[in-house]
Amino acid sequence: MNGTLDAIAAKYKDKSGSAIPVLQEIQKAEGYINPESLRYISDKTGIPLAELWGIATFYSMFHLKARGRHVIRVCKGTACHVSGAENLASAIRKHLDLTEEKITSDDGLFTIEEVACLGCCSLAPVMMIDDTIYGKLTFRKALSVLDKYKTAENT
Amino acid sequence: MNEHRFTLWQHSRIPEDLQTVTVCTGTGCLASGATEVIDAFRTVLEEYGFKVLESLSELHENHDSTHTKFLKKSGCQGLCAMGPLVSVWPSGIFYVHVKAADARRIIEQTVLKGKLVSDLLYTDPIRKEKHIHTREIPFYRGQKRQVLAASGNLDPNSIEDYIASGGYQALRQVYSDMDPTSLCRLISDAGLRGRGGAGFSTGKKWELARLRESGKKYVICNADEGDPGAFMDRSIIEGNPHAVIEGMMIAAYAISADEGYIYVRAEYPLAVQRMRRAIADAESAGILGDHALGSNNAFHIRVVEGAGAFVCGEETALMASIEGKRGMPRLKPPYPAERGLFGKPTVINNVETLVTVPLIIRLGVQEYRKGGSANSPGTKIFALTGHVINTGLIEVPMNTTLRQVILDIGGGVSDDQGRFWEDGFKAVQIGGPSGACLTKEHFDLPLDFDSLQGIGAMVGSGGMVVMNKNTCMVSIAAYFMQFTQNESCGKCTFCRIGTKRMLEILVRIRKGEGVPEDLQKLEELAGQIIASSLCGLGKTAPNPVLSTLRYFRDEYEAHIVEKRCPAGVCQALVSYGIDPQACTGCTLCARNCPVDAISGSPKQAHRIDPGICISCGACYKVCKFNAVLRS
Repeated sequence: MNGTLDAIAAKYKDKSGSAIPVLQEIQKAEGYINPESLRYISDKTGIPLAELWGIATFYSMFHLKARGRHVIRVCKGTACHVSGAENLASAIRKHLDLTEEKITSDDGLFTIEEVACLGCCSLAPVMMIDDTIYGKLTFRKALSVLDKYKTAENT
Repeated sequence: MNEHRFTLWQHSRIPEDLQTVTVCTGTGCLASGATEVIDAFRTVLEEYGFKVLESLSELHENHDSTHTKFLKKSGCQGLCAMGPLVSVWPSGIFYVHVKAADARRIIEQTVLKGKLVSDLLYTDPIRKEKHIHTREIPFYRGQKRQVLAASGNLDPNSIEDYIASGGYQALRQVYSDMDPTSLCRLISDAGLRGRGGAGFSTGKKWELARLRESGKKYVICNADEGDPGAFMDRSIIEGNPHAVIEGMMIAAYAISADEGYIYVRAEYPLAVQRMRRAIADAESAGILGDHALGSNNAFHIRVVEGAGAFVCGEETALMASIEGKRGMPRLKPPYPAERGLFGKPTVINNVETLVTVPLIIRLGVQEYRKGGSANSPGTKIFALTGHVINTGLIEVPMNTTLRQVILDIGGGVSDDQGRFWEDGFKAVQIGGPSGACLTKEHFDLPLDFDSLQGIGAMVGSGGMVVMNKNTCMVSIAAYFMQFTQNESCGKCTFCRIGTKRMLEILVRIRKGEGVPEDLQKLEELAGQIIASSLCGLGKTAPNPVLSTLRYFRDEYEAHIVEKRCPAGVCQALVSYGIDPQACTGCTLCARNCPVDAISGSPKQAHRIDPGICISCGACYKVCKFNAVLRS
């Protein structure tokens, strides 16, 4: 892995304003941002660790923990909220044995996140799994979509 | 710049006698299955032996109208709730909720025989009348779609289609007939005000940047549409990306900038993809580049994907983000026009503002000012969503009233199952987390910048969420406070900690643990946050709480004094049980329970296990025998 990190460090050494692309590349290579990798990159590039850490924790795009193979984003936009998104998220969590703190399932299949708005308000309530949008959800419909992903994984 | 090809594209037309099936490929329709619908049309048409053309460039080869059909993918047509949307031309017959399996009927009946497939026509949910064309449907009839019109007709992936409909003509006219000074004056005279929320004069903004002496200037398109409940920028980029480019190029000419950035939310993958494609096409056509449109003006555009921080919609934070820093706002002045991106003079406009610019050039100031009011001329796009029959993207003159929008265009308020609820209106939320909840008493207020500001609300980016009587306003206030609390960048103490304290109080009230002094505390904190925050996020964060406190104070009091949620929403204050006498054992509730908390054999009374129940109310809503009791 250090080989990949070395390559990233070499590419951005002594370039100012490159913290965001550096973090993006680390996340692309490792799936998430491991604090150890940040320390390593900081040593190699001279970008202060505080700057990297500050940016990594500022933007929701960066993840500090390993994530599941499929990411469920339950929309919490206003239209989804008034259509029962709060209950939908609770139902999905319960179905996957997750809580507000524990967001990745034990089998590593799903990570659940809440997102401010997916901009598909006409189809509320909405969730996005990876890049696919599922709209006009009922509890049953949402859970059966999840089961489809589970079945696909097991076959 | 290939002048010959440009001229050829300008004259590209689908011949009158060539039948065309247009399928909407906006995000809403795609999520409802538009891709499968397009594939089905192609398959069936080919089965009938037709040659299927899917882009204007294929038209230049000779074709024979009797053996050829055109299959067109358009941008968002607005009526997202009824998608996928399909129309058949030249007759203009309009179908809603089309599924792949319906393609054969539409081809056989409508395309081949000219007959209607009546069950796919739009049916008025109240009067039950069927409408054949969009112009007869109240949703479209009440609108003035001038900025959005192109989006519903054009193929967003075709530069040729954009040019054929008059695209890049405004830019050409500006290059040949105007100098930057007169261009800024024209936009000022048109009265265009920023559509991102604040409503600052666009012409004045450009003029300030134009006057700065600098070898380098920038134009930024702000497409970091973070407001929950707003999707107008997303739809414009997805439906008409070249109009964004044209608007930016005109702005660049006005201030003599040679470089532009489009900052798009990463949550909008389709918008990013279509924007990149449009830029690449405009570059290879010689429209963007060192000699833009064959002139001596250079202009290049880069797309930057936002990294997921709402505060980056604030202009100084957005520029910090492009520069690779934490997206935190800074004090203004200096304004971006003076010291902007990388310290250079910068014009930063929202998507809707920029696409309005070419329209103003084409229409002329006088014609443009005919819509809207004197201080807010033109039209505004709103995302109409929530408990309303016709949800979708609408465009109306800026003096339209809430009554017209909700009752005429929106078709009235709906219940939780989407059925018409005549007396169901409770509130409408305008302007997202910075906005306010308005009530029936505001129904005849014109929706322009000044009159909304006058009552403590704002146009914001244009999200408009209708709420029926089953909505708890304390929960709405807590919802927005949770949002701003999450998104506060942390720079100003009152925004960082004040919003947290307000949220804690709201959460407590929702749990039935509120005390009467809480309401006064909320108002005090709100005043302090407004007075002591640097940017718009903090300054407006308390608005949803203040407006609900003003218009729905009795609901807060019911939570605090009676420990009761009148709308039955707050989970800690409601519990559900089943009346064994009334229950027929139909099993409907058990089948709809998302957490399997309901047990019982068929035809026997059921019961709810309170340990598993999440108080979502699904059983209460579906029971046909009023056997589920809410307390």
